[in-house]
Amino acid sequence: MPIWNRKIERMDRAEMDQLQLERLQATVNRAYRDVPFYHRKFTAFNIVPEDVQSLQDIVKLPFTTRDDLRDGYPYEMFAVPLREIVRIHSSSGATSRPIVVGYTKNDLKHWAEQVARVMSAAGVTKDDVVQIAFDYGLFTGGFGMHYGAERLGASVIPVSLGNTERQVQIMQDFRSTALVSTPSYALYLAEVMSRMGVSPAGLCLRVGLFGAEPMSDRMRSEIENRLGITATDNYGVSAVMGPGIAGECELKNGLHINEDHFLVEVIDPETLNVLPEGESGELVITTLTKEGLPMIRYRTHDVSSITREPCKCGRTTARMSPVRNRTDDMFIVRGVNVYPSEIEALLYDIEHVEPRYQIVLERERGLDYLTLKVELSGEMISDQMQKLVELEETIKHRVHAVIGLTPRVRLVEAKTLENVDRSNRVIDLRER
Amino acid sequence: MLKLQSVVTYYGRILALRGISLHVDAGEIVAIVGPNGAGKTTVLNTISGVVPARSGRIIFDGHDVTGFPTEKLVRMGLTQVPEGRQLFAGMTVLENLVLGAYRRSRAAKKKEMADDLERVYDVFPILRERRNQLAGTLSGGEQQMLAIGRALMSRPRMLLLDEPSMGLAPMVVKEIFRVIADLRKEGTTVLIVEQNAKAALGIAKRAYVMETGRVVMEGTASELARNPEIQRAYLGKGYRQIMDQPRKV
Repeated sequence: MPIWNRKIERMDRAEMDQLQLERLQATVNRAYRDVPFYHRKFTAFNIVPEDVQSLQDIVKLPFTTRDDLRDGYPYEMFAVPLREIVRIHSSSGATSRPIVVGYTKNDLKHWAEQVARVMSAAGVTKDDVVQIAFDYGLFTGGFGMHYGAERLGASVIPVSLGNTERQVQIMQDFRSTALVSTPSYALYLAEVMSRMGVSPAGLCLRVGLFGAEPMSDRMRSEIENRLGITATDNYGVSAVMGPGIAGECELKNGLHINEDHFLVEVIDPETLNVLPEGESGELVITTLTKEGLPMIRYRTHDVSSITREPCKCGRTTARMSPVRNRTDDMFIVRGVNVYPSEIEALLYDIEHVEPRYQIVLERERGLDYLTLKVELSGEMISDQMQKLVELEETIKHRVHAVIGLTPRVRLVEAKTLENVDRSNRVIDLRER
Repeated sequence: MLKLQSVVTYYGRILALRGISLHVDAGEIVAIVGPNGAGKTTVLNTISGVVPARSGRIIFDGHDVTGFPTEKLVRMGLTQVPEGRQLFAGMTVLENLVLGAYRRSRAAKKKEMADDLERVYDVFPILRERRNQLAGTLSGGEQQMLAIGRALMSRPRMLLLDEPSMGLAPMVVKEIFRVIADLRKEGTTVLIVEQNAKAALGIAKRAYVMETGRVVMEGTASELARNPEIQRAYLGKGYRQIMDQPRKV
């Protein structure tokens, strides 16, 4: 099993600690000097950069949250002038302010290196033909994986998302050996293949790298069985970098973290205290090399645990368990991160409906669907067919504008959703 | 080979180093660049025991050498070439070189000393020619060669070089840096402090950028050489003044 960067991925703990300390201090110094948000926050906490004299001292530093990044919309959190930024990505979210991420030339170089390691760990080599079925655009997944695969020297097919029949055609004709997508899309591909009468046995596909949404053990084995491939999980956070933060090796026992670029902690989301190795909690990430948008103790709301036991693959980097849960109410549909609050906010602006709603998530033939039940206002009489249809269209349109996904909309009579609260706002009927 | 962990140093009451962490692997040339007064020289002086570290650790070859006196470090193979060369102007080139070996001269056999002299003369042929000339009459470049040559007499495994390009003509700087690169090829590890960032990044594998007693950037030399901030610092332009737009603080 090849290791892309032997020096780093097999580094002994003492050396890695030294490297992380040096980079943590430089990052904190830069954030304090160049990002007014961090300068203010440090001052409010009564700390200065030199309070970080060891890796453990990171607990003295304040957290960064999604809201902090939104408040900094669009460029306030950047640590360099815009002219040094060569790429800009952004989270979805049009009404509420999205998170904007900027990368310098060096950031892009590091990003490609990180993804190349993740791909190499999954078994991809320069001889592979990599089909990337992630959305190419503001979403970090497509371009992130793309440049990593190129760095590796593989032949990259930037097929992007959608037109699934064509994906299958390309997979056959171009003899793709590696697939990059969400796990649910892989299942949908399998579904479409069987409808088209294409047998996976006739394909060259041998490995899949899946990310952007949770992959349960069941999903993994279903993908592996139906496509006849090895399925690996990889992890990224758009606000932090994108894909490339961590990925499974072929042994599939935890995701190897690129520790020379990211310092990862696990905290108790209630007490905010750091949890001991092995305990499950919220993943908190600090960037160690990022220039454009350094991130100090970013709260991901992803639930994971960390082990520093060396892996049998030879890598010594820490591993995180696959992310299956969140500490907040965010859910993922077709790789898109959705917060119920975003939908609630847009319903407030639409006439004739109440901001009372329920979301039902279903998977049909491998594809995820979001059904949005919305309560009509009392004055709205439901026999005005024309008006109701218009209203449904308006909601679909607005939701699509915000999350990039068209929901199925079901308007319901006033007061029918009175009992919906945090516990049953999102009903996930998808198989896990 | 060398590791600094959060080293804090005061000059009197002035906080000169605010927690410096860096490392140099065996066989590497690592540069510290940054503006005047950033604390670059203080890093070297703290490593070599000229000024004491207030806190933090200095590890050389796996040993904690924090607070070790200079001569002990020289015996361990760590030698500094000071800024401004600090030669004995009234002594000959040869006498200066012999002084570089003084810490082991009593124990060292004459043969060893002669071998070391030959080696230095091989590295800097001009010093052989001028061996009987007074050091004070040498050109700036020759003086720098003599300072490095004198350090080589202690058979260092690691050299700390402080501003070797200072006051030298570009052609001479090139020559000195060529020799530094050669020394590395022969197995000497080098930590070099330079205001001439361009020259330093040209021979170093990695570098640290210092500012007001802190490391603000680190990375491979090629990465840093391309970095716009380094290019600005190298040109001596302030960061805030040339921001595209005013920002709220």
